[in-house]
Amino acid sequence: MTEKEYRTITDVKGPLVFLNKTEPVSFGEIVSLRLSDGSTKNGQVLDTSDEMVVVQVFEGTAGVDLDTGIRFMGDVFKLPVSKDLVGRILTGAGKPRDGGPDIVAEHNADIIGAAINPYSRRSPEEFIQTGVSAIDSCTSLVRGQKLPIFSASGLPHNDIALQIARQAKLKDSDEDFVVVFCAMGITAEEYNFFRYDLERTGALENAVLFVNLADDPAVERLITPRLALTAAEYLAFEHDYHVLVIYTDMTNYCESLRQIGAAREEVPGRRGYPGYMYTDLAMLYERAGIVKGKEGSITQFPILTMPGDDITHPIPDLSGYITEGQIVISRELHQKGIYPPINVLPSLSRLMNAGIGPNKTREDHKSVSDQLYAAYAQGRELRGLVAIVGEDALNERDLQMLKFADLFENKFLRQSRDEDRSIEGTLDLAWELLSSINTKYLVRLDQKWIDKYHPTEKK
Amino acid sequence: MSKKGQIYRISGPVVTAIGIKAAMFDVVRVGDEGLMGEVIELHGDKCVIQVYEETSGIRPGEPVINTGETLSVALGPGLLTQIYDGIQRPLEDLEEKMGVFITRGVDADGIVMDKKWTFNPTVKVGDVVKPGSVIGTVQETETIEHRIMVPPNKEGTVKDIKQGDFNVTETVCTLDDGTELQMMQKWPVRTPRPFLQKYAPDTPLVTGQRILDFLFPLAKGGTSGIPGPFGSGKTVTQQQLAKWSDAQIVVYIGCGERGNEMTEVLSEFPHLIDPNTEKPLMNRTVMIANTSNMPVAAREASVYTGITIAEYFRDMGYDVALMADSTSRWAEAMREISSRLEEMPGEEGYPAYLSSRLAEFYERAGRVETMSGDDGSVTVIGAVSPPGGDISEPVSQGTLRIVKVFWGLDAGLARQRHFPSINWLNSYSLYPASLDQWYRDNIAPDFPEKRTEISSLLQVESELQEIVQLVGSDALPVDQQLTLEVARMIREYFLQQNAFHDVDTFSSLEQQYKMTLAILSFQDEAKKAIAAGAALEDVVNVESRTNLMRARFEPGYLEKIDKLVDEMKKEINSAVEAEN
Repeated sequence: MTEKEYRTITDVKGPLVFLNKTEPVSFGEIVSLRLSDGSTKNGQVLDTSDEMVVVQVFEGTAGVDLDTGIRFMGDVFKLPVSKDLVGRILTGAGKPRDGGPDIVAEHNADIIGAAINPYSRRSPEEFIQTGVSAIDSCTSLVRGQKLPIFSASGLPHNDIALQIARQAKLKDSDEDFVVVFCAMGITAEEYNFFRYDLERTGALENAVLFVNLADDPAVERLITPRLALTAAEYLAFEHDYHVLVIYTDMTNYCESLRQIGAAREEVPGRRGYPGYMYTDLAMLYERAGIVKGKEGSITQFPILTMPGDDITHPIPDLSGYITEGQIVISRELHQKGIYPPINVLPSLSRLMNAGIGPNKTREDHKSVSDQLYAAYAQGRELRGLVAIVGEDALNERDLQMLKFADLFENKFLRQSRDEDRSIEGTLDLAWELLSSINTKYLVRLDQKWIDKYHPTEKK
Repeated sequence: MSKKGQIYRISGPVVTAIGIKAAMFDVVRVGDEGLMGEVIELHGDKCVIQVYEETSGIRPGEPVINTGETLSVALGPGLLTQIYDGIQRPLEDLEEKMGVFITRGVDADGIVMDKKWTFNPTVKVGDVVKPGSVIGTVQETETIEHRIMVPPNKEGTVKDIKQGDFNVTETVCTLDDGTELQMMQKWPVRTPRPFLQKYAPDTPLVTGQRILDFLFPLAKGGTSGIPGPFGSGKTVTQQQLAKWSDAQIVVYIGCGERGNEMTEVLSEFPHLIDPNTEKPLMNRTVMIANTSNMPVAAREASVYTGITIAEYFRDMGYDVALMADSTSRWAEAMREISSRLEEMPGEEGYPAYLSSRLAEFYERAGRVETMSGDDGSVTVIGAVSPPGGDISEPVSQGTLRIVKVFWGLDAGLARQRHFPSINWLNSYSLYPASLDQWYRDNIAPDFPEKRTEISSLLQVESELQEIVQLVGSDALPVDQQLTLEVARMIREYFLQQNAFHDVDTFSSLEQQYKMTLAILSFQDEAKKAIAAGAALEDVVNVESRTNLMRARFEPGYLEKIDKLVDEMKKEINSAVEAEN
């Protein structure tokens, strides 16, 4: 750490401070600013040269003037990590928020995080039973996956995330996950909702919370998920925990990213978001996984609210290109009073095939899930037609598909907030509903599964 | 000015150095840790460097050393079965040196330097060799013979040639002017390797994917683009091509994509058997994995590294297929670096040279006469990830202007779980004209006509569907209802193909042809039956047709199909008799 304090600020713009020639400062170095009233702020070097240094201030630049003293801390941003993190609530910058003592570091971990060597990863293939039929049957989750929830304002994504956090377990195992919860720019009310629920169910003792609320500095949000993931990596890869990282709301994170980009006068990409947003998001999402020689795992559940329910908006769009699928929450289903209002059609789990089947879930899982999709998709499409020509114009096949779509929504998707269905229960329920359709129309089902599982036609 | 200078400025992956003598695209070592970088701009005494590794913690004043070489790949025995990062560092070596996380400042040779390979000469003393001449062979994997060639800039008369076990840096051949040749050669990645001439493509790249081979074929040496929104199956399609296409060598570039996807490929390929050689697919594969969270500059380089390796195998006379997943991430890497350079942006922030870079890349594909007079090809298949699935964006448009085959992925089809979700109405291939003779000679004389019949049925269906949307299918005349049923059969039985099913994942051209015959004979029989008074319902629901369709999941379908079609014909005829 250098003891020198510089007073060479030339410009302050948004969250950025520009200062003149200093000693050589490293890229990414942590900076401490001492304001004239004696308070301090923290920042990070974004650009450095012999003549000029650009610092991004995490807590915002309110109160910074040209006399503000700047010290370079000689190191990049690190999080003190230790097993004591579990059970703690920290601020978005990693300081205690629960009134407890500072974390005594086992060591300090670089929060940027190195990329996992693709060669060193293990293929995720252990099925996680969430107890939610829509997810378990059609977008099955596996350990080490990153599966975001694409939602929108006014929808119950928080309930769903909490239900998953509560119920998620490996099939036939009681082993719990450690939850790392990362709040970025959410309201105090939402935060309390999460906190009380975690407290109520006793999960808080097994969780680490990093909290940046809506009235906390926006720039700090760029650090918060990195702290959370650093803690997750420490717990998973140094102490063999199975970690479930929930972050909410990625949309706020991206807005902060845009804010910094604009302040730096960068050439913007789509809708003003920086061109490197894909890479930046990848640096977060790709920190999920399981690796050779380590027991633990990191599974990620990012929540993002799609502005204007638009799935082609850059935030869900770029996320979808990085994550291994998505769970899409539907306003239409929500307004029909269905919980969880998961629209399985645009939802997807890319790692599903690796995690299901004999010895993992059940041999008929893949067939059943394909058939559910196909029948529900056709049923929904027919609703549009019925609105124009009426049910009378439909043939027998189409009528059965149409009825199935209603059954699927009301019996299969709908479940209560504390209903924990086993995967066998989910699949049996699927068969029961599919049996309302004449078998000859169930072309996605292998005959051998019909013989074995069909409620009325099994042999 | 000297070979050594110092850092002046650092902004993300872009570093400016002063006091160093450098030429464009020279490889430099940056900072105390010696991070690898490449000179991309010169301004007076300053030079701008893109660095292939993470730059945080580096400060102005640290040294920069010019190696005087351009970014090159090492070419020689040992490339196959490897998995590299974007700058040809084997990921396995990196794991050994750094553990599971990729840190920085570590070097690794592209091919193993000390392994001994058995070199069998194919020339003798006194032979005249030219650039590209094969001087000997090495059995690199069970299935691939590696041909050792004279580098493109050397020639002469053989003075000495050896036989036996050598490593890649030992001299195996000496020419009369004293030039020593080793099994390894280096080639700068940004320069295409030379060849004598390009030929027009005349042979299809058979992929075993029905919709691709039958409706929108790709030629060996051709180019194709696969644009599609996320979740529409780009990666699965690319992987299917890597697995089943009948190229002799496959180069797979995972450019800025998911880590777990590369792992899946890595764990799956060694267990997959190449249907053409009956040996593990890995034997013919080189993989490059620069995932989305690995440094962007190396992502930019990964595409060039891959195509250079592909060209090298082409020069040996092989048919090489290269998959780049995804070229959009490559373009984004260019955009990111361009914006750090504060260049004037073109459309959507992409650099103005985006389309010329895309064109240069795809232009490195082709079927050629190699320097040694052989026939080799590089086929390039590039995935494109347009934001929001909207292909009016610059990368898709830049790609479509160049490639000859467009496989348009469709989110709507993916949502209905119609896979591969390639839209048959807007996809196209410009190759059928040059490939049709091959199909007539090798598969069936009327193969092209059958293709036309199938695609026009699909076209008619889309027109009828518009009417059905308004009035329902019952309002259509019976013959049009039948057309809808036939089109449904084409879609569900022929176009849909389950990549995860052991049998259905690959269909030979013969089988594809027979399946279309089956569909068309259903149409013919049904037409006759309906004309003779049978009800459409009865004809469509004959059980033997369901059997015919379901049986494609069983092994040996090609042998069974004729019998199943006969059964279907009989049953339809009996439906007519029952009616009368």
